[in-house]
Amino acid sequence: MSEKSALVHDLEQVVEPTHVVWRPEDLLVYEYDGSIDRNNPGAVVVPSSVEQISEIIKIARKHNAPVVPRGAGTGLSGGAISMEGAVVLALTRLNKVLEIDKENRVAIVEPGVVNLELGQAVAPYGLQYVPDPSSQSACTIGGNVGENAGGPHCLAYGVTTNHVLGMEVVLADGTVTWLGGDAREVPGYDLRGVFIGSEGTLAVVTKVAVRLVPQPEAIRTMVAAFSSVEAASETVADIVASGVIPGAVEMIDRLCIEAVEPAFHPGYPEDAQAILLVEVDGLRETVAEQAELVEELCRKHGTTDWRTAEDEEERETLWASRKKALGALGRLAPNYYLIDGVIPPTRLPETMSKINALSDELEIPIANVLHAGDGNLHPCILFDSRQPEQVEKALIAGGRILEMCVEVGGALSGEHGIGLEKQGYLPLVFTDEDLEAMARLKPAFGAAGMFNPGKIFPTDEQREGIPHAAIMQRLTSDMVI
Amino acid sequence: MATDSRQASSGTRPSNFRGPDVPAPEDMYKCVHCGFCLQSCPTYLETGLEAESPRGRIALMKAVEEGRTEITPAIVGHWDKCLQCRACEVVCPSGVPYGRLMEATRANVETVFKRGFKQRRARNMGFNGVLPNTKRLNRIGGMFRFYQNSGLQTVARKTRAVRLAPGGSLEKFLPRLSDNFFIASGQIIRPEGEVRARVALLGGCVMRLTHAPTLDAVTRVLARNGVEVYVPETQGCCGALNAHSGERESARDMARKNIDAFLEVETDAIIVAAAGCGSTMKEYDDLLANDPEYAEKAADVAERTRDIHEFLAELGFEAPTGSLATKGKDLKVTYQDSCHLGHAQQITAPPRQLLNSIPGVEFVEMEESLICCGSAGTYSLIEQEMSQRLGRRKSNNIVASGAAVVATANPGCVIQMEQALERAGEGTQVRYVIDLLDESYQIADDTN
Repeated sequence: MSEKSALVHDLEQVVEPTHVVWRPEDLLVYEYDGSIDRNNPGAVVVPSSVEQISEIIKIARKHNAPVVPRGAGTGLSGGAISMEGAVVLALTRLNKVLEIDKENRVAIVEPGVVNLELGQAVAPYGLQYVPDPSSQSACTIGGNVGENAGGPHCLAYGVTTNHVLGMEVVLADGTVTWLGGDAREVPGYDLRGVFIGSEGTLAVVTKVAVRLVPQPEAIRTMVAAFSSVEAASETVADIVASGVIPGAVEMIDRLCIEAVEPAFHPGYPEDAQAILLVEVDGLRETVAEQAELVEELCRKHGTTDWRTAEDEEERETLWASRKKALGALGRLAPNYYLIDGVIPPTRLPETMSKINALSDELEIPIANVLHAGDGNLHPCILFDSRQPEQVEKALIAGGRILEMCVEVGGALSGEHGIGLEKQGYLPLVFTDEDLEAMARLKPAFGAAGMFNPGKIFPTDEQREGIPHAAIMQRLTSDMVI
Repeated sequence: MATDSRQASSGTRPSNFRGPDVPAPEDMYKCVHCGFCLQSCPTYLETGLEAESPRGRIALMKAVEEGRTEITPAIVGHWDKCLQCRACEVVCPSGVPYGRLMEATRANVETVFKRGFKQRRARNMGFNGVLPNTKRLNRIGGMFRFYQNSGLQTVARKTRAVRLAPGGSLEKFLPRLSDNFFIASGQIIRPEGEVRARVALLGGCVMRLTHAPTLDAVTRVLARNGVEVYVPETQGCCGALNAHSGERESARDMARKNIDAFLEVETDAIIVAAAGCGSTMKEYDDLLANDPEYAEKAADVAERTRDIHEFLAELGFEAPTGSLATKGKDLKVTYQDSCHLGHAQQITAPPRQLLNSIPGVEFVEMEESLICCGSAGTYSLIEQEMSQRLGRRKSNNIVASGAAVVATANPGCVIQMEQALERAGEGTQVRYVIDLLDESYQIADDTN
């Protein structure tokens, strides 16, 4: 299909041809996002205004083509990957911070604004936007809303849904409307809450009103090294149980350290098997008190090396080593499969041991980097997607870890969404009745068959067969264009 | 031309990269498509298109490597759009050697992909006919200087006669040529007092025609700091423009010629005042890795090459005392990181250190100083539209900084920013860091 389709012709009437992508080789760069999955879109359109988006949706509807909203394509559950020949609607050009209301601490931004850039834009006013996904230097606010993204600092302050006051959306019939607004409370149903985390299946978000908070008066960033993952995990369980809520409690293990040390030179001890990165923030007095308690607990569990970031530069290096750890895994293997499972933090020690045992059993390396404070695991299974047997092993290991999480009373996803990646595992936590009730939401907004098809809900095949079979098939197929 | 088909690194299909210069699979599969490079890429920032991003360009390399697609005109177009500014390389957590990948990819394109006749003719003339030939370069430079100084340029532009000449559409990019070219003739510039170091200096190709006074300033600054400067006569263009454009064979010839010229005499360092040339010479070892005769010598030259700012900061330089303030008002100066200094050589502090040391200079940072100005060697001539968009973006940021002078470290950047500021109707001056330092030294001498 190297001829322009009628759909593409129509799209070119609305958006300049440089930003309507249709040649098979040009579509190759939209078959992936940050996850392991891939699939070819039917076409890609990169609009520059809400009006264009509304028109695009009407055109897509006319041609019975579903639409997949896409931000920067850094998502880890396949949310931006197109199924069923859908049109990918990339929002990268809607990237302006439209308004900063300093007094009322609200900003209105376009969906393509990069998370970190929003932070930089409000910093001069002494304000911050709290949710800080590790991919914040690349990921967009629109994508954050779609996946209800988290981040290290969501431990104390809540995830995206706690920081979005309202959104302008384009519905499946091209209508542009607001859900919520720029006020703290709106009467009636909280539809805003329904759309946040809907993974692009209900509407296209075109503006976001975000809540800003003052920057903390004091911050202290501390690093503790441990001679075993179990000791670090027990420390985390103790910190959580103590009642202190630090800004962030993060952990990385030995394998992960091997990737980040050459990338960012954080200077972790060579014999450390696990590192805890703990940050406390707030009023000066509280910070000092909490830091002392954290140090005490780390020492109780035998930390082998303890230090506090001396200045902002050191703090940035430490955070880069954590937040960009995933990217650095390319130093160890061509691909990683990150499992976003959640467990109660008190079950960390046993679960981390089980993950290590699984790695040994299946003979596949697993690098661990986790939001330890809220029990959000991120085991990264290292593999080479060019080797089918490795792909299969990685997918099997991923499934086993998700099962472990559910067994101890956890959840399938902390912050990355279900997407294509975990849809097959949804029956682990929901009954058929649950799933059917949820599926009724999409037609309620007229979005059935329109937005991001084939996501979140398990297909019949997945319910009856092997949950990862579809991904396996896509990853090992030839896909010659 | 070699047409041996290599097995792709996976699957059953052969790779569609063929010939002697192929991008290394182990380099491209270091990319885990995390997307952290996106916001560093000037062409992605301008277009919002994945195909114009580093991650997209690498994905296309992987697709060609895996035999999923041929090298098509559309794919070559995306690779051609890359400025090779290497900003992505600095932010990549995985350490993908993007510059090396893109250079090898371009070289492969020139082997297996057939460009249109006009493009081929222009490329052959520039990369093989002019750049490697110092004398021809001097002659052509002289002709253009006559054209500018005689008033012919004014007439040709006013009557629009330029349009009739072959290549006339490029005339507007002709930079102002220096009154006296900098000629490498084996001269030695000796310091007055104690000799702290002996160095050899690269004159380059473009810089000695367009910014000859700056090269003179470099020799003065070095001599003042106790450095004896030797300018080898047999040196030529470093080959950077060729290497970046996929013309690796001619680049290798040029590198060999320079290696011979610079190893003729034992020196402590080889000094380069143009960031683009410095970065290429520091990578001569990569370029000639498979040349048994030259590999070792190339590594030696690479090892000894120093950017002028880097060298002065390492050596320790005499604090300048002449003030650049006028009527008691400090001169507001900002700095544009030349990509091949800031990214390729990762030298960002020394130029700022030099600027901050000058009395009467108020140094201000501008937004996006690490984003390419759009010059990128021959890019400004070949990809005019994108180059000018980036020029506009740069001039906006320069003006917003409120600086009266923007300092930088590479001839292409100077020419590009001058033209962009002129198009924007702005009077901001573009200067080399070294020129400002030299000026301060001169003022101090004059007042004593």
